[in-house]
Amino acid sequence: MAKTVLHDEHLKLGASFTDFGGWDMPVRYSSDLAEHHAVRNAAGVFDISHMAEIFISGNQAADFLDFALIGIASEIGIGRAKYSMICNHEGGIIDDLIVYRLAEDNFLIIANASNRQAVATALKARSEGFDTKVDDQSDDWALIAIQGPKATGILQKLTDANLAELKYYSIAEATVADASAYLCRTGYTGEDGFEVLVSAEQATKVWNDILSAGADDGLIAAGLACRDTLRLEAGMPLYGHELDEQHTPIDAGMAKVVRLDEGHNFVGREALEKITEPRERLIALVGVGKRAARADYELKHPATGETIGVVTSGALSPTLGYPVAMAYIRDGNFGVGDTISLDVRGNLEPYKIVKLPFYKREH
Amino acid sequence: MSNPTDLHYTKEHEWLKVEGDVATIGITAYAAEKLGDVVFVDLPKVGAKTTYMKICGEIESTKSVGELYSPVDGEVVEVNGDVTNAPELVNQDAFGAGWLIKVRFEALPELMTAAEYDAFTGE
Repeated sequence: MAKTVLHDEHLKLGASFTDFGGWDMPVRYSSDLAEHHAVRNAAGVFDISHMAEIFISGNQAADFLDFALIGIASEIGIGRAKYSMICNHEGGIIDDLIVYRLAEDNFLIIANASNRQAVATALKARSEGFDTKVDDQSDDWALIAIQGPKATGILQKLTDANLAELKYYSIAEATVADASAYLCRTGYTGEDGFEVLVSAEQATKVWNDILSAGADDGLIAAGLACRDTLRLEAGMPLYGHELDEQHTPIDAGMAKVVRLDEGHNFVGREALEKITEPRERLIALVGVGKRAARADYELKHPATGETIGVVTSGALSPTLGYPVAMAYIRDGNFGVGDTISLDVRGNLEPYKIVKLPFYKREH
Repeated sequence: MSNPTDLHYTKEHEWLKVEGDVATIGITAYAAEKLGDVVFVDLPKVGAKTTYMKICGEIESTKSVGELYSPVDGEVVEVNGDVTNAPELVNQDAFGAGWLIKVRFEALPELMTAAEYDAFTGE
């Protein structure tokens, strides 16, 4: 299994590990609930170095990305970022990713670890005929996320950059804990925070400096278990659960990420622009009691008992105290406010359809 | 974590404390650690019959669902209400305050000693 450059640090912190997309990643250090609450109330630091960093450069870098992705990268201002997806010709999602514009002709794509090869391969194939270079540098970089209401104050102690000026979905070059870094104001927790991209050689010091700088503010190392409950509460999709090649961005409720502007020619457009009604829709569900719906549990029609969908992610929400889930539903007659039945290991439990997100931070 | 030597163990990671014909049953610290933070425990009612190796309860963490297999044929005589209200007791004190049920049993099956369970879990 692959290991990040911070693996030894996780061992020293007593982490338990799990296989995540072929990576031996810390699932929790002591308590995933404590880590979850730390991120909501103070701050947490995550090693997400398994994620892929692909640099796109050249005169036609922007034009190329407009063609390769479903969004319009050429509209992104320098120093800004945009959530996007890369789709196949049928409109199926190869991956969801964030595009950062570093310069006029220089972009950074951060993609999911498990899709690194698929994304790099598709980008390289699509770059043919463009004056551009696709450079998968994932092995050279470490990515450390610091998330939570106290993240800004803690990170400010370690950097010369004025963090107050770095807007949400922005990127800037800065020195962090003596390392030259890209500072991204992005995250996957529903809290304010940063993702710090540093060279693999400098990662250990940056990681440990963040842990020390945040100790008094309640910052702790946080694992993938709480990352999953945090992103679920925030209504953020996870590739392999809500997103896959069998679903289009429109199924996933991401129609606004698909830019069908006139003249925007991109891979997947032909298939996506034909869709009038999605086959399935991604919905949000909340339960009563404590029995959480889990991935693969079936949604049943409350009157007929017929299977009408399937859960993609679910947990007892640590912040809210009740079960939350995301699911694909096939029956178009159900909408927000309606109650469906959910087969929780043989017991039918009522779950109500709500709007995403389940949790939204106050500031 | 060390497994108390006065308890018996199963391959499904339960422990039993036998006093006369009543066994106090819980899950081991090893199992609790593997599950992660326990957030919900569903236990049988007092008076319910349990059957050897049949599921009689559920232990859910944020990440997964663990099933409680009855290690004996018998009848539930007491249920730990504290753990229903505070499931974190399973993580905090798996062999003590985190006990789950007490069952009056007819006969004990073959069980592991602490040393055998240590070897079984590779601890």
